[in-house]
Amino acid sequence: MQRQALRTWLFLAPAGAWFLCMLVLPLIVVFVYSFGERGAAGGYAPAFTFDNFLNLGSRWAAFKNTLILAPLGTLICLLIAYPLAYFLALKTSPRWRTVLLILVIVPFWTSILIRSYAWIYLLGGQGIPALLNALGLGNPRLINTPFAVLVGIVYGYLPLMVFPIYVALERLDKRLLEASSDLGSPPWRSFLQVTLPLSMPGVATGCMLVFILLMGEFLIPAMLGGGKVFFIGNALVDLFLQSRNWPFGSAVAVALVLVMLITVLAYMRFTRRWAGGRDDVSLM
Amino acid sequence: MESKLKPASEERDAPIAELRDASKHYGAVVAAEGLNLAIRRGEFLSFLGPSGCGKTTALRMLAGFESPTSGDILLDGQRVNDVPPHQRPVNMVFQHYALFPHLTVAQNIAYGLRQRRPRPPEDEISRAVERALETVRLPGFGPRRIWEMSGGQQQRVALARAIVNQPKLLLLDEPMAALDKKLRRDMQIELQTLQRQLGITFILVTHDQEEALSMSDRICIMRSGRIVQVGSPRELYDRPASRYVADFVGKSNFFPGTVTAVSAGRTELAAAGGHVIAGLAPVGIAAGQRASASLRPEQIALTRKPAGHALPVTVVNRIFLGEHTEYLVRNGDLGEFLVLVSRQAEASEGGFEPGDQAFASWSEGAALILEDD
Repeated sequence: MQRQALRTWLFLAPAGAWFLCMLVLPLIVVFVYSFGERGAAGGYAPAFTFDNFLNLGSRWAAFKNTLILAPLGTLICLLIAYPLAYFLALKTSPRWRTVLLILVIVPFWTSILIRSYAWIYLLGGQGIPALLNALGLGNPRLINTPFAVLVGIVYGYLPLMVFPIYVALERLDKRLLEASSDLGSPPWRSFLQVTLPLSMPGVATGCMLVFILLMGEFLIPAMLGGGKVFFIGNALVDLFLQSRNWPFGSAVAVALVLVMLITVLAYMRFTRRWAGGRDDVSLM
Repeated sequence: MESKLKPASEERDAPIAELRDASKHYGAVVAAEGLNLAIRRGEFLSFLGPSGCGKTTALRMLAGFESPTSGDILLDGQRVNDVPPHQRPVNMVFQHYALFPHLTVAQNIAYGLRQRRPRPPEDEISRAVERALETVRLPGFGPRRIWEMSGGQQQRVALARAIVNQPKLLLLDEPMAALDKKLRRDMQIELQTLQRQLGITFILVTHDQEEALSMSDRICIMRSGRIVQVGSPRELYDRPASRYVADFVGKSNFFPGTVTAVSAGRTELAAAGGHVIAGLAPVGIAAGQRASASLRPEQIALTRKPAGHALPVTVVNRIFLGEHTEYLVRNGDLGEFLVLVSRQAEASEGGFEPGDQAFASWSEGAALILEDD
């Protein structure tokens, strides 16, 4: 027993140390800072005040953008990813499936930075707007709008939504669909009554992954939003690096962490409900 | 129930389902070829054969999961080739049950009723579910989750989920394959009782001959996509039409040879060493043809002293089976064969040990002369 316990601790030590130093301690620092004051030359000065939290409203635009575009981006990802994952898992021959799955992953082989640059040109004046103009469909402004940010978000995060749903659908016992049909259910009702509910854990995982990452996103809004469509992530960069108001930045960060925490808790409740209290169902 | 007021004669005698020259090909692979079978109302019919013989294909054509490449499937006189499974009044108990893991036991059983349009009222559904649970002896298990049930219980749920719909045919696809031997035996008896009680036509697919023999009214024996013989268990056992059937249904000894004489009710076969074995040829056979004489182990007697037409044999091995003892014996000309000796017979003759000399005999004309296949 003693040796067993010792071994367990030994195995957990590296990950535990990492977790402690890189996550728990910084979070404590951020939490403490959020009650402090901006130093005379920027940075942090010890104090205990709620001013930073009361001041959160001044960054409302960033919160609003994030809280609208992150859920919306997640929803659009879901609406595109589900049919794609369904097609891959249930309607494609094994040979094509591999090819198509690789195609879904391929974009990941290039940095998101470079791919976002590509979108700047595509959505910019010489790209899609010029094409639409040539076709006589007007000359809309696309770059530096919420729409551009949304396009970038969906493009960048789609694979993260596809894979969990694909895995859930792939693992679905196809005989259940036969059973459903045998019991008198036409295909579309079998989808609603069997396929969809049994793929919900995958949907929940995909949504949570994409949503959490989107809440902290800063690169895509910075590049495709052109400083006009601001996320919380951009506000944090601004507060910590430009205005050097660390305590206020910390308060914004604490607020962001709280929103994420609520999301994760909701997700866990949701998956537990779908799994019906069963603990052998993994979250992927 | 619908035929209560109608003249019973025609309605009742018409087959509930029919395979008419039904074939199923997958490209060059022949899964089923020219199946012809009329399934009687209320019978318990088994498709029996080794894996890949086409029995599952036959079942899946009846369920609607496969449509025949050629030929017809009829349900209650109606051609249903192109009717999808969800529109057929037929239900299946799947091999691994295929119960819905996200639904409770009661919701699983109610599934079929809830697909009906117009949808029956909820209280009617819950009453039917409760009745079905009682029928399969799981009263009160409705709120349970599927994974909380044992294998045997899951099988009952699968059964309840099918019978609650009162299908015209209940299809059972190797339903006992996942159960242990004792449980399987209990379930066989229960299924048989249930079938009598409900009066629903049961169609079972199995590769277990014992299961087919003990449960069925009729057995349809299949081989390489074709039906070989259809008959009651007793008919198949006593009058197999071919060596394949005799071998598949029960144990049998085969003595190959050449047919020497054919007359009404008696066919003679010259086996190795010139031994003449006489018997019945259920299927027409001509003199000069190669064939085998089939003798069941229990048709052969083992004695210490020669009695009439007795073959001298050496006992090679013996297996104690309780009520019977099975001996493997060897004759210089005919080779090794099995003899089943009852406890009673053994008491009068005394037991035999491996190495003992003895005499094997059978009543004259008891063999079956079967074509080799």
